[in-house]
Amino acid sequence: MNMPITPQKPAKKLSLKDNYNLLTRGLGWETSYQDMDKVFAQDKFEGIKIHDWDKWEDPFRLTMDAYWKYQGEKEKKLYAIVDAFQQNNGQFNVTDARYINTLKLFLTGVSPLEYQAHRGFAMVGRNFRGTSARIAAQMQAIDELRHAQTQAHTISHYNKFFSGLHDPTHMFDRVWYLSVPKSYFEDAMSAGPFEFITAISFSFEYVLTNLLFMPFMSGAAYNGDMATVTFGFSAQSDESRHMTLGLEVVKFILEQDPDNVPIVQKWLDKWFWRGYRLLTLVSMMMDYMLPKKVMSWAEAWEMYFEQNGGALFNDLARYGIRMPKYHEVASKEKHRLSHEAWATFYNFSHAAAFHTWVPEESEMKWLAEKYPTTFDSLYRPRFEHWREQQQKGERFSNGTLPMLCQVCQVPMFFTEPDDPTKICFRETTYRDEKFHFCSDGCKDIFGNEPEKYVQAWLPVHQIYQGNCFRPGTDPTAPGFEPLAEVLQYYGFHVGEDGGEYLGSLDARNWTQWTGKPAVAE
Amino acid sequence: MSVIALKPGYTGEMKDRVENFHGKQLLYIGWEDHLMYCAPMCIPIEGSTPFGALIQSVIPSLYPAHPDTAKIDWNTVEWFRSGERFTPDPQQTLIANGLGHKANLRFRTPGLTGLKGSCS
Repeated sequence: MNMPITPQKPAKKLSLKDNYNLLTRGLGWETSYQDMDKVFAQDKFEGIKIHDWDKWEDPFRLTMDAYWKYQGEKEKKLYAIVDAFQQNNGQFNVTDARYINTLKLFLTGVSPLEYQAHRGFAMVGRNFRGTSARIAAQMQAIDELRHAQTQAHTISHYNKFFSGLHDPTHMFDRVWYLSVPKSYFEDAMSAGPFEFITAISFSFEYVLTNLLFMPFMSGAAYNGDMATVTFGFSAQSDESRHMTLGLEVVKFILEQDPDNVPIVQKWLDKWFWRGYRLLTLVSMMMDYMLPKKVMSWAEAWEMYFEQNGGALFNDLARYGIRMPKYHEVASKEKHRLSHEAWATFYNFSHAAAFHTWVPEESEMKWLAEKYPTTFDSLYRPRFEHWREQQQKGERFSNGTLPMLCQVCQVPMFFTEPDDPTKICFRETTYRDEKFHFCSDGCKDIFGNEPEKYVQAWLPVHQIYQGNCFRPGTDPTAPGFEPLAEVLQYYGFHVGEDGGEYLGSLDARNWTQWTGKPAVAE
Repeated sequence: MSVIALKPGYTGEMKDRVENFHGKQLLYIGWEDHLMYCAPMCIPIEGSTPFGALIQSVIPSLYPAHPDTAKIDWNTVEWFRSGERFTPDPQQTLIANGLGHKANLRFRTPGLTGLKGSCS
């Protein structure tokens, strides 16, 4: 059909605001064949009341067409740099091969969370009835998928040279310490859409993400890992969009109805504590795993939570929101968290997919300076004893599985808020069964929703139930070794991926290929 | 409310019921002031085990590498069940001593405070 020729001038280009409205709100409609409550069946059961979805403001006013353009440009730059990194054998420019263990932790513990976030935001995007909120969630879902991919692509180059990087998704679903990030995210995804977005967009992306991304990316830069720095930069503009979205989400929910305030406060309490427990892994990465340290965990906590987080919650006070419960416990723990965590991985290094080691004397000096009230008195004797044992050929390891917290799933190594020499035990009885927790924070979370957490897949208990063997395994066969079989089930290359760093395959290869010592001087 | 769920009356599967442990139960054991072994242990054990077996063989086998293990004087050890001080009967079973599935048992060894007194 021929288009009619009109003598008029072409219509003026739409303003950015009109364009945004047409490409977001303009895409939605009120359903008539089906009740809206049936179409959006999940956005009321949590008790959150939304009166006017049009009050949702996307601070970036980003539409899908612009989104693809920006992201495409970033991809081109990233992959050009990754190519150059590979062609120049950039993997040998890091401080020493101990550094690679931070990448192992990142690829197995953090990158799968990016993928989980992709899934979570896709679900939220389906379940909100406000169109702009759905589109913001859709974009974040695509961002998260991109992050999972760029991280896998970048780090896959290291997989050609170092152990423990060969199958992060398989490990994520099985390995004992990876159940900590996995259960964290599954807790959020199995909640309703409002709790999910409060947990991930606000409590994690807005409040705590600086304590995850900053240490890994600055740590990479300090230690010569340009590949990781590059995917960090490529994700950074997305992260700032996610953070801003997180703050908008919480303000929007709080402004919609006063009844929302106590619900949101409860979520902030819960997700602050769950996120903080997850960051335990980052604390030991900063203080022990980076050969060149950026700052101590205690300094990072002071800067990014106590100061920045404190200012944020002051700002939210006008909505009736206070600081998350037990933030003062986190501050009390800041001088011991990383030491307790690293000692735990040293105990169970034979069952991990990354290496551990005793810090060098120069590092112990740094630790003593950063932690003057705790390191020399409480932790140095442990490390010195382990070093002596190792020199005698009796490298310490713990042959028994640890007790785990029912909620955060971290081994119960945390100590009493006011006594760093006493393990913190909390317990409760529910439906005639005992449950144990590492803290009041985790106990409260269980107490609010016990029916959820009685279902926790605790790795230690699962091993004892016989659920962590490969199909066809006969645990009654003569000479059956449960631990060896569990490591096979995890997909580890036993004897290569974990254990002591000194003398490991990674350490030996490093020296052979680079001519540099396994531990940089 | 015991869970915020789409369906009213939702309940969860109790994942760690004692029946799932092939005739055993779980027992958690922690040694006070000795954090070189970083966290309390979790072991599967028959509830009919006499408490004395813990002292004789089970507990020493959990801490083989600690220099204090050989120095423990079992006559002076203080026992705690879920944090409460108690006096176990070594002849009686774990269950008769009030240590059922997922019981939390801690012990303190007076005079022994870990590597260089650091509670390690």
